Amino acid sequence: MSDIVIHIENLGKSYIIGHETRERYTALRDIISNKTKQIVSKSKYMLNGGQLIAGVDLEEFWALKEINIDIKQGASVGIIGRNGAGKSTLLKILSRITEPTTGRVMITGRVASLLEVGTGFHPELSGRENIYLNGAILGMTRKEIKQKFDEIVDFSGIEKFLDTPVKRYSSGMYVRLAFAVAAHLESDIMIVDEVLAVGDVEFQKKCLSKMGEVSKGEGRTVLFVSHNLSAIKQLCSTSILLNNGEMTFAGTSKETIDRYLLMNINTGLTNVFIKDHLDEKEVQIVKAEITDKDDNKRQQFDISEDIFIYLSILCKKAIPNTYGYMAIRNSQQELIIESDTYDYLPNCLDSLNIGLNCFKCKINKNVLAFGEYTFSISLASEFGNNFLLDTPGQILKFTIQDNETSRGINRKALTSYLLKLELQHVI
Amino acid sequence: MHEQFDLIIEHGRSEKNYWCDLWRYRELFYILSWRDIKVRYKQTVIGLAWSIIRPLLTMVVFTVVFGKMAKLPTEGTTPYAIMVFAGLLPWQFFSNALTESSNSLIGNTNLISKVYFPRLIIPASSIITSFIDFLISFIIMIGLMIYYQYLPSWNILFMPFFIFIAFLASFGTGLWLTTMNVKFRDFRYIVPFIVQMGLYISPVGFSSSNIPEKWKLLYSLNPMVGVIDGFRWCILGGGSKIYLPGFILSLFVIVLTMTYSIWHFRKIEKAFADYI
Repeated sequence: MSDIVIHIENLGKSYIIGHETRERYTALRDIISNKTKQIVSKSKYMLNGGQLIAGVDLEEFWALKEINIDIKQGASVGIIGRNGAGKSTLLKILSRITEPTTGRVMITGRVASLLEVGTGFHPELSGRENIYLNGAILGMTRKEIKQKFDEIVDFSGIEKFLDTPVKRYSSGMYVRLAFAVAAHLESDIMIVDEVLAVGDVEFQKKCLSKMGEVSKGEGRTVLFVSHNLSAIKQLCSTSILLNNGEMTFAGTSKETIDRYLLMNINTGLTNVFIKDHLDEKEVQIVKAEITDKDDNKRQQFDISEDIFIYLSILCKKAIPNTYGYMAIRNSQQELIIESDTYDYLPNCLDSLNIGLNCFKCKINKNVLAFGEYTFSISLASEFGNNFLLDTPGQILKFTIQDNETSRGINRKALTSYLLKLELQHVI
Repeated sequence: MHEQFDLIIEHGRSEKNYWCDLWRYRELFYILSWRDIKVRYKQTVIGLAWSIIRPLLTMVVFTVVFGKMAKLPTEGTTPYAIMVFAGLLPWQFFSNALTESSNSLIGNTNLISKVYFPRLIIPASSIITSFIDFLISFIIMIGLMIYYQYLPSWNILFMPFFIFIAFLASFGTGLWLTTMNVKFRDFRYIVPFIVQMGLYISPVGFSSSNIPEKWKLLYSLNPMVGVIDGFRWCILGGGSKIYLPGFILSLFVIVLTMTYSIWHFRKIEKAFADYI
């Protein structure tokens, strides 16, 4: 218990975003009255302490929701997620730049946060002066900076230009100097946001090894946000995955990265899959779609509806022992249904005709719970040119609503199967 | 288990050690002031001379317009130029501080959105640059006295007290303006206006003895009236009189503004990064 240095509890941060309302035609009268309304509502809102971003119609937006993490002393934790997943907001809260809306964070030890290299660098000042300025901004005392001055200059490799205003520096020199100052910050916890995205390859390597030194050699706790997954893998033993402000996974960096990559695949999926161009494969899936029982193509279903998946498989050459593997995953990429064509004998893929073959698959009602799902399929045979005949992976996406039951979307179960209590007899 | 953690971050929680933090970050305060001073006159041809030319020219214009053309009376037997300059000293300090500090937070957006430190440091350090200008003007004042062969009275020993009051007035008002400026950028347009109007409303170009007796108390609601009168009393001595009720009222307004500004600043300080 006592070696936990960062304890995050139910952390959330909301922003208010505004939308402009558009009307079909605008008369001067409307503009005047709207503007007046805007001014009144804006000033009212801001006086009450709100943060207005733009527009009139206000909407609450949660950049972070219910985050719970405990981080141990000396751990190096990677934070990954798409743009806008809430990574930077989390770091900003941890480094006290902005305040959370709900929940709390408890921290032990001196925190150094490095959300940007070269914060506060002044272009008119020389490199030497900027080292002192930047150091002080990052929380170093003049004594500390003086002690480390030579090391910093050494690391950055800009001795010659120490007394030149940094506005004359090349962008590479600028970044090198900035990172050098930050890397020599002494702290128990380091919070680092995407600083390695800058500089050339060689310098990036240098930074990475310095960061590794910091986390492994000196036993400091490091929180590291990056889109550079190999850097995360190299530096951090564990990672957390954020998506839309929520923590969707926490585990070893390898597992987390795998989840993240899977998550990225199924963006842009719909209820219809059509292969753009046919290739040389002997057997391939050319079309797939999701319909209801009346053959209407749909993406949204209720839990009380049967769902049908239609597949068109083009066969150029019959391959014996072909089998198909099918999987349905939820939005967390957890496997919900797994099945293959040998589950029902005879295997339907054993008797493929040359040409187009159509198949139908039914997902019974009250099986899948409320949520978002993807369907994936792959075809394989030991007698094919390749063992894997065709592996389009996740090809379809659909969502399931729950308007039927009284609990509705608040049901947390993984399936929507309903239990019925029947009266047998009265004693 | 809370005791084992040094720092708790929570909504609406004001840190109990804010003022200690402020002390801990004093080096940042020095270095930011030093930066502002250092950068101030970079890439200007005459550099520091600007700090001399601006008050000097204003003094000349005011002496000619109010003293020679409007023929307003001076205080006692003091040369009009010295009387104007004695008022100009605190006014320039006040107006520069207001302009500098009201833009200070917005001018340091990158710092506020990327690093934590007690934000109070930024407006405070911006006032230091104005104070340097003030000190330079003070040297001109001495030069002026030598030129007119004018000997200040012993009252000048009270000068530090009035400088301190000028400091409070500038910081209080500046702090409030900069806080408002973060939220309502309208203040960017209001501040130059206040500064311009204030120059004529405050007794800078003329003596406050020109104000009719019955309006004096109301006039003293302007905090700079008390400050300017105080400065004149120090420098001009016996010829200048402080209107005591007015001075106390000015003082009261200054302390009130200061207290309110700090409270207001502290209240929304944590959300600066979201507004800016």
